[in-house]
Amino acid sequence: MIKRFFTSAVHGAVRKCKVVFSNRKAVLGGAIMLFFVLLAVFGPILFPYNPVTDENSKYLAPGAGHWLGTDNLGRDVFRQLVHGSRDVLTIALLTSVITIILGTVLGMVSGLAGGVTDRVIGVITNLFLSIPSFPVLLIFASFFTIEDPVSFALVLSLWSWAGLSRAIRAQIHSLKERDFIQICRVMNLSRAHIIFSELMPNIASYILINFIMIMRNAITGSVGIMMLGLAAFQPSNWGAMLLRAKDSGALLIPEASYFLFAPIVAIMLFQMGSILLAHGLDEALNPRLQA
Amino acid sequence: MRAITSFYNKTRYFWRRLLIAFLTLVLVAVFGFLLIKLMPGNPVDTYAQTLMTERRIPFEEARALAKQMLNYDPDEKILVQLGKYIYGLLHGNLGISMRRPDITVNRLIAGFLPWTLFISSVSLFLSFIVGIFMGSHMAWKRKGVGEKAALSYIVVSGSIPDYLWGMILIFVFGVRFRIFPVQGNYDVMLEYEGWPWLLNVLYHAALPVLAYSIVQIGSWALSMRASSIGVLGDDYIYAARARGIPERIIVNRYLRRNAMLPLVTSLALSFAGLFGGSSLMESIFNYPGLGQQFSAFMGARDYFIIQGLILFMSFMIVLANLVVDSIYSLIDPRIRRST
Repeated sequence: MIKRFFTSAVHGAVRKCKVVFSNRKAVLGGAIMLFFVLLAVFGPILFPYNPVTDENSKYLAPGAGHWLGTDNLGRDVFRQLVHGSRDVLTIALLTSVITIILGTVLGMVSGLAGGVTDRVIGVITNLFLSIPSFPVLLIFASFFTIEDPVSFALVLSLWSWAGLSRAIRAQIHSLKERDFIQICRVMNLSRAHIIFSELMPNIASYILINFIMIMRNAITGSVGIMMLGLAAFQPSNWGAMLLRAKDSGALLIPEASYFLFAPIVAIMLFQMGSILLAHGLDEALNPRLQA
Repeated sequence: MRAITSFYNKTRYFWRRLLIAFLTLVLVAVFGFLLIKLMPGNPVDTYAQTLMTERRIPFEEARALAKQMLNYDPDEKILVQLGKYIYGLLHGNLGISMRRPDITVNRLIAGFLPWTLFISSVSLFLSFIVGIFMGSHMAWKRKGVGEKAALSYIVVSGSIPDYLWGMILIFVFGVRFRIFPVQGNYDVMLEYEGWPWLLNVLYHAALPVLAYSIVQIGSWALSMRASSIGVLGDDYIYAARARGIPERIIVNRYLRRNAMLPLVTSLALSFAGLFGGSSLMESIFNYPGLGQQFSAFMGARDYFIIQGLILFMSFMIVLANLVVDSIYSLIDPRIRRST
């Protein structure tokens, strides 16, 4: 059963890849994302970061030695950025994975089971949607000392699954009434077949697009928490860099602008890549937009 | 009797919504209560320490006083605690600071909410209006240069979180060109009245409002574009075109008004989300709003204040959802029949 699900998924994926590759937005966005992934994996090996401070070389302008200049303590900004990308991306990726699993499973169970299960999950989802997420993130960040990307990702995903779960429940609800599912029921096909071979392919692209968008939100959220100084575990993380730039008065010192703008541009590029990829995938895969 | 049943049937959707809202509120209150249970340390002891040094009274006495003032007693049974807590909430008592007895959540809301609502609602309505016009225009002139430019703007503006836009604006307009003030809500030197003061307030609000709006305009325009494309396929637009009605009138009277309707719902819900303010934006601009207070009390680990503020924000969101759902069910009979 699972094997058949995968072969049909692979066939479908090959077909869809052709559609995706003909969409310019998706290709551009995907290239940017790929660049960041490569940077996170190989960057720290190619450009090792030296955290030793040097008072004499602070706020240097960009040059051959320091591609993006130096920070308030004389350390190379570009290498910090590369070094920090690993953590930023790990947090984003893990948050996305956990959120997608939570949201999809709860949404599907709620949509398929109906009855009391549906009601209970609905009330819990309501609760999570009613309490604003960023303040709760701040509270959790102070309750559990965040020291590594994994706990950061757990905190971030705890409050981000509810919207996805509700959307998936609605999709399952409308799919359930459609003819092909009804026929499966009449043919007495197993529940596993209905879930993996019939429902999953229909919501896969939606989940994929959400995966990218949640990554994007995770970066906004994690950088924000770091900027408020509530989870400073890794000084080269982009949010921690911004916090240091802000606190050391880089906003007021013109020479320090590279230190301030380097992380902002890095965040912008990553977000841009994710927006383009998500929009492109939506255009290529969403059947409603193809008409 | 028949009148009552028919009234019930017509308003059944509303009663269901009310029940769900009530249930959510109770759960939110329980969540707020558990927050205090989860937190590290014991708030009563912390508060008793403060009282002991402040009033020079023995610890036992201070502890008893602290229990009374905080409306919270960790020695009682947990259900009794919860009951007391909800009783306090029903009487409008959202909580009191653990460190300073003169600070209550109610007072904080009264003092700081107006500033938060001022900058955030001005930017919400501003960006809603701009976004509506931008989105409907994009849909009407599809595949044009204008749409390409607008889409690029939306992608670039959406790529930078609003608080980072705030930093960029401070850097450009506040530090480089020194056009706008970057701190606070008005000059403390000015008197608290009259036109000069009002103008000064607006002057100080310029950068935060701009920072919020830059990002929000894009997302409103995008939703409006999607909604308008849907409306453009409807028969009455074809009919209007066939009758030779001028383009400007079709866009203004037919397209925009109809496509706007679903967005008004999200406008109402977004408005409810403003009541907490944005911690990051207000901290960056040092603007005295609820969000800035929230992060300040968070840093001081004053959990009773935090709890009260979270409850307040959630109440507003639940309330807005209830109102929007009820109005929608009155306007659109199809909703009444489903679920």
